[in-house]
Amino acid sequence: MALRQAAIYGKGGIGKSTTTQNLVAAIAELGKKVMIVGCDPKADSTRLILHSKAQNTIMQMAADAGSVEDLELEDVLKVGYGDIACVESGGPEPGVGCAGRGVITAINFLEEEGAYEEDLDFVFYDVLGDVVCGGFAMPIRENKAQEIYIVCSGEMMAMYAANNIAKGIVKYANSGSVRLAGLICNSRETDREDELIMELARKLGTQMIHFVPRDNLVQRAEIRRMTVIEYDPTAKQANEYRQLAQKIIDNEKFVIPTPITMDELEDLLMEFGIMDEEDESIVGQTATSEGASATA
Amino acid sequence: MTDMTREETQSLIEEVLEVYPEKAQKIREAHLTVNDHDVEQSKKCIKSNRKSVPGAMTIRGCAYAGSKGVVWGPIKDMIHISHGPVGCGQYSRAGRRNYYVGTTGVNTFGTMNFTSDFQEKDIVFGGDKKLAKLLQEVETLFPLNKGTTIQSECPIGLIGDDIEAVAKAQNKETGKTIVPVRCEGFRGVSQSLGHHIANDAVRDWALDKRDDDDTWEATDYDVAILGDYNIGGDAWASRILLEEMGLRVVAQWSGDGSISEMELTPKVKLNLLHCYRSMNYISRHMEEKYGIPWMEYNFFGPTKIEESLRKIAEFFDDTIKEGAERVIAKYKSEYQSVIDKYRPRLEGKTVMLYVGGLRPRHVIGAYEDLGMKVVGTGYEFGHNDDYDRTTKEMGNATLIYDDVTGYEFEEFIKRVKPDLIGSGIKEKYIFQKMGIPFRQMHSWDYSGPYHGYDGFAIFARDMDMTLNNPCWTNLTPPWRKETTTEAIAAE
Repeated sequence: MALRQAAIYGKGGIGKSTTTQNLVAAIAELGKKVMIVGCDPKADSTRLILHSKAQNTIMQMAADAGSVEDLELEDVLKVGYGDIACVESGGPEPGVGCAGRGVITAINFLEEEGAYEEDLDFVFYDVLGDVVCGGFAMPIRENKAQEIYIVCSGEMMAMYAANNIAKGIVKYANSGSVRLAGLICNSRETDREDELIMELARKLGTQMIHFVPRDNLVQRAEIRRMTVIEYDPTAKQANEYRQLAQKIIDNEKFVIPTPITMDELEDLLMEFGIMDEEDESIVGQTATSEGASATA
Repeated sequence: MTDMTREETQSLIEEVLEVYPEKAQKIREAHLTVNDHDVEQSKKCIKSNRKSVPGAMTIRGCAYAGSKGVVWGPIKDMIHISHGPVGCGQYSRAGRRNYYVGTTGVNTFGTMNFTSDFQEKDIVFGGDKKLAKLLQEVETLFPLNKGTTIQSECPIGLIGDDIEAVAKAQNKETGKTIVPVRCEGFRGVSQSLGHHIANDAVRDWALDKRDDDDTWEATDYDVAILGDYNIGGDAWASRILLEEMGLRVVAQWSGDGSISEMELTPKVKLNLLHCYRSMNYISRHMEEKYGIPWMEYNFFGPTKIEESLRKIAEFFDDTIKEGAERVIAKYKSEYQSVIDKYRPRLEGKTVMLYVGGLRPRHVIGAYEDLGMKVVGTGYEFGHNDDYDRTTKEMGNATLIYDDVTGYEFEEFIKRVKPDLIGSGIKEKYIFQKMGIPFRQMHSWDYSGPYHGYDGFAIFARDMDMTLNNPCWTNLTPPWRKETTTEAIAAE
């Protein structure tokens, strides 16, 4: 099987890292060889696999050694549950330096060092929530991730972010081979969430590849720095991730997305009752002025 | 070449513009004009200080060049750190010939390159810690430095380093002036914004250090030279004239200048501004804050020097006015002999200029003193106030070009056929290979000074040896010459 490279994007805090690691654990369980590349200066994309926060991020090691050229692959590549290879790009603390450049440097390093040339089946890039600059788009440029999964939920901002990410994919899809491969709904238990995400997926020209229900077991496993697959393999939630894994392995629906306009998105939200019909008269009105006009 | 008429010059501009695509043509059209003495404000006929057209070769520099290269760099007893990757500092090191007195590496640092030599990790993790360490190392290795400036290269502005905080912390430690300058190269359209940013940094971090100190004894004749970068010793040749007329030159900005001179400048009676473009900002600030008047002067060529000396003297009492006359009289025979010697060799020759801040207008008088005529001029990074000052100096119907492109300049030269071109290193070899005498008017072609009466003698000699160099008559190879003679013989 040829190497497949996938990137997971989505709004910050939506559960990208948790979903990715549970998914990857389930794929590994099926005997596939997988690598996770964490593209987030927080470096928490591999802690559930390694049972610890990765200390040896590429950028930190490079800074300590002098430059990235002084690093060896084995210095930064750690192996965790299910023989999953883990690397973290790492980067600066919030507020200093350039995290985007860190991602670029780290991924170039992995390529040059031949990290992808082993007998890998899958590489998953777990990317910082907001694609704030070119650095965070690095995983979807030419010859890197070719399938993108967007983690979202039925909340307005999550869908808004998903649509924006789709816009970004269009840009790179036209110049390369990256494609949108599906939405992963990480449930927040909003009303008619599955229908809503399926409808959004349809409008974006893609599919909702799986609906991951909410389960507190995920949090319990996370406190133990484990995936559900490892913590409680018999749990129902573990099977949800296994289903997601199988669907991704079998996935053949890779599309250039058709992002929708802000108006279309709002219409969709109104249709599902998440947003009220826009009332022009309340725009820019403070609570006080609204109270005053109500009494008048 | 005989004078071109207004119509001829206008049609030349139009022809040159023809090759451009429509959009570029429209943009460039506004930057080229025929000089018209009837137009009061230059903005009616020329646009300036705008972004260059992509694809057209421009001769401009960047904001870092304007701050580190021009304004701050020559302050000799401070260390100027090129903060960022190594190239900006190394390729601009000692390139501007700002002469200074001192022991380099001990108490002066003008020709040295100090850089934080950014690596990938500094970009990713930020460079503030490295900068703090560098500042400490500078203190250990060069304890006689009087302060440091941090000249930001592009990445500093992109990664959001807090160089101001680092500067303050180091100042607390040593008490020395530490100046963070936000002159990232991508800011603005040319080096001009760098001058402004550097002026603002002087104002905010250096100028007022001795405001509350009255131990320094001022006199009524204290002046400061602003905007003279002492290229090839220019400021020295200017300074002696001012001193001989009875003034006390307290500070030179920034050629052969020092931080203490800078700090004393708010105590002078008059600021003398040579390069208006690069230091008008701080002159205006000192006028507003300290009530110090400023005046522009021009020390190129005896006519302008004489005018300027008298204008300067107007600000002072009769002793200075008499002093000015004394100086003019003293040098009269000297400069007259220069004119007598060179004018016959240069009379009627034409020049086209394309330079930086003040020279496109300031050297016109010096050429005229030698009987030469400037038939085209333009600024790399001038603003409209520069062009306002230029139109009066130039002859009617002469060619004026702003941010001229490589192509335009070449075409203008081919058509106007001046006897001499004065521009920079990037233009020099192109025109020399076209067989046209050329002088570098940024660096004085490794000669100088050109300011003052002393400078005028050198200026005149240099123009003569370039223009009348026998090499220009030997440009046609012998085999070509023979065919010409044969052809003539055959006729």
